[in-house]
Amino acid sequence: MNFGNILVNYEEAVAMILFGIGFSNLLMQKNLIKKIVGMNIMDTSMYLFLALKGYIAGRKAPIVVNGVQSMEAYINPIPSGLVLTGIVVSVSVTALMLSLTIRLYNRYHTLDLDEISTMLKKEGL
Amino acid sequence: MEFVRNFPLISILLSLFAGPVSSVLDKKKAKFLNLAVIIIIGIMSGFVLFYVLGTGQEYVYTMGHFPAPWGNEIRVGILEAAMALFFCVVMLLCVISGVLERDSEIEETKHNLYYIMVNLLLCSLLALIYTNDLFTAYVFVEINTISACGLIMIKQTGRTIEAAMRYMIMSLLGSGLFLLGICFLYSLTGHLLMSNIKAQAAILQASGEYHIPLLTAICLMSVGLAIKSALYPFHTWLPDAYGYSTLSSAAILSSLVSKGYIFLLIKIFYRVIGFEIIKESKVINVLFVFGIAGMIMGSINAIRESDIQRMIAYSSVAQIGYIYVGFGLGNTAGIIASIYHILSHAATKSLLFVASSGITDASGKSRDFFDLTGSGYRNKLAGVAFTVGSLSMVGIPMFSGFISKLLFAQAAVENRHKILITLVALAISTILNAVYFLKTVVRIYTPEKTEVVINKGFQDVYMSEQKAKSFAMICLIALNFFLGLFSEPVVVLIERGLEMFA
Repeated sequence: MNFGNILVNYEEAVAMILFGIGFSNLLMQKNLIKKIVGMNIMDTSMYLFLALKGYIAGRKAPIVVNGVQSMEAYINPIPSGLVLTGIVVSVSVTALMLSLTIRLYNRYHTLDLDEISTMLKKEGL
Repeated sequence: MEFVRNFPLISILLSLFAGPVSSVLDKKKAKFLNLAVIIIIGIMSGFVLFYVLGTGQEYVYTMGHFPAPWGNEIRVGILEAAMALFFCVVMLLCVISGVLERDSEIEETKHNLYYIMVNLLLCSLLALIYTNDLFTAYVFVEINTISACGLIMIKQTGRTIEAAMRYMIMSLLGSGLFLLGICFLYSLTGHLLMSNIKAQAAILQASGEYHIPLLTAICLMSVGLAIKSALYPFHTWLPDAYGYSTLSSAAILSSLVSKGYIFLLIKIFYRVIGFEIIKESKVINVLFVFGIAGMIMGSINAIRESDIQRMIAYSSVAQIGYIYVGFGLGNTAGIIASIYHILSHAATKSLLFVASSGITDASGKSRDFFDLTGSGYRNKLAGVAFTVGSLSMVGIPMFSGFISKLLFAQAAVENRHKILITLVALAISTILNAVYFLKTVVRIYTPEKTEVVINKGFQDVYMSEQKAKSFAMICLIALNFFLGLFSEPVVVLIERGLEMFA
């Protein structure tokens, strides 16, 4: 195992650590808002990772200015496109989760999912 | 280029646009539009299937005529067309069957929202079946999740909202892992189109470079889709989501939604990575172990359940386990068995959900096991339908479940290392299935004392009162018998489709 690689690719390592933080928050937090925050961290880490994969040091964003059309002048645009798509998905999912949270809070006056489950069992529905 | 070649794209777009259009229609028109769209797409899928069978080879539809590495593609073979046709038929029957329930369980102004969700769900399922681009697949996986969540929570009770929340959380974990896998694969191969990734993956495998990242990508995608399709340890959201949502939703979710993800996983195995690399990666062994655990634990949980809908939901966990065991066997026969089981489970599970709602109708809407005593006499068709579904799930010859179990056993014989454990697990799971399904069948055909029936106010239900549900049940019974008695052509179709698939 060569730990030198981690130092060289420290940005990717950071992205993966963020993914881990977000993933475990989404899985293990009891509070619904914290879960949603975790989900956003997870998604954002993925955009960081994708953006890094598309970036080539010393090159510019792929917008043609001053008539420079050489492929060598620009970074890879596809990951940026993927990030945009991912952001759209993430926004809509966050909105859906937040609206579900509001519904649950109005009904049970708590944000704790386990507590809501015990209340539901008591209701016996 | 024949016009038929456009049909897959047209059917995706048709259902995609029918969704937003339903939002401005009233209840009746939205329902009519939804049914019309499903029927039209079903007919178009039939034409596509006929066309592909005629030419004997698959075709690639390039969107906007951009050539391979740049454009987005749709790829259509026998298997895809057959799946699309089958999904349309099951979807149609599921939507028809729940008309009465929807009237009473959904708020009057929200009916059109339900049809938006159904349309979008159909659109995402079709896109998952047809697409040849991995990132498009990710986007439609998310659309599938969101619309499935809408289907669960359209019946507004605390239970369903909580179930929808749990479903969303597990699904998002799954799609997070899946997206990470795609990112890894993209950075390894530099492509998003499935066929291009496969060529690059073969080069990577041959040179031995980036072995661990490739393995990681395979693991992330498999686990992500396994979480989304409720493989055993990740099934906790499933009983609530299936058990408390309205009838059509439960039937659609159990028979179609998870199957879409599984089909995508098969596609990833065959088309994105290549089955040889998957076999060497040993990821399928992990899926195999969890599949075996699911087969047994799902059935044990179902035995302990006294609520009939939740019992059927837990049975789904066991059946998903079967499908993953088929993957885990690591041979083509196993995959064929899995695909056959996708068909047979979809036909049987939707039948069981519809029939169980029929027999609860005859028991004053109570879903408790003991209240169902004698309900097979009070609602005759639902009793017969439940019996057919149960026998099929247990695996009695003549019914579709038997064929899939036979195919699994035959596939297991080809794998020397896993034959014993697969056959033993099949036997145990069959016995457990028999315990809870036949127990219920005996219960619904045990005559109840007349005074109890009068006391509890149970009423007989006749076919004429529930025409839509009866029609759906009769069609699903027929589908079950068709899959059970004429399995030969279906298996040949799957075999040919799978050859094209690779």
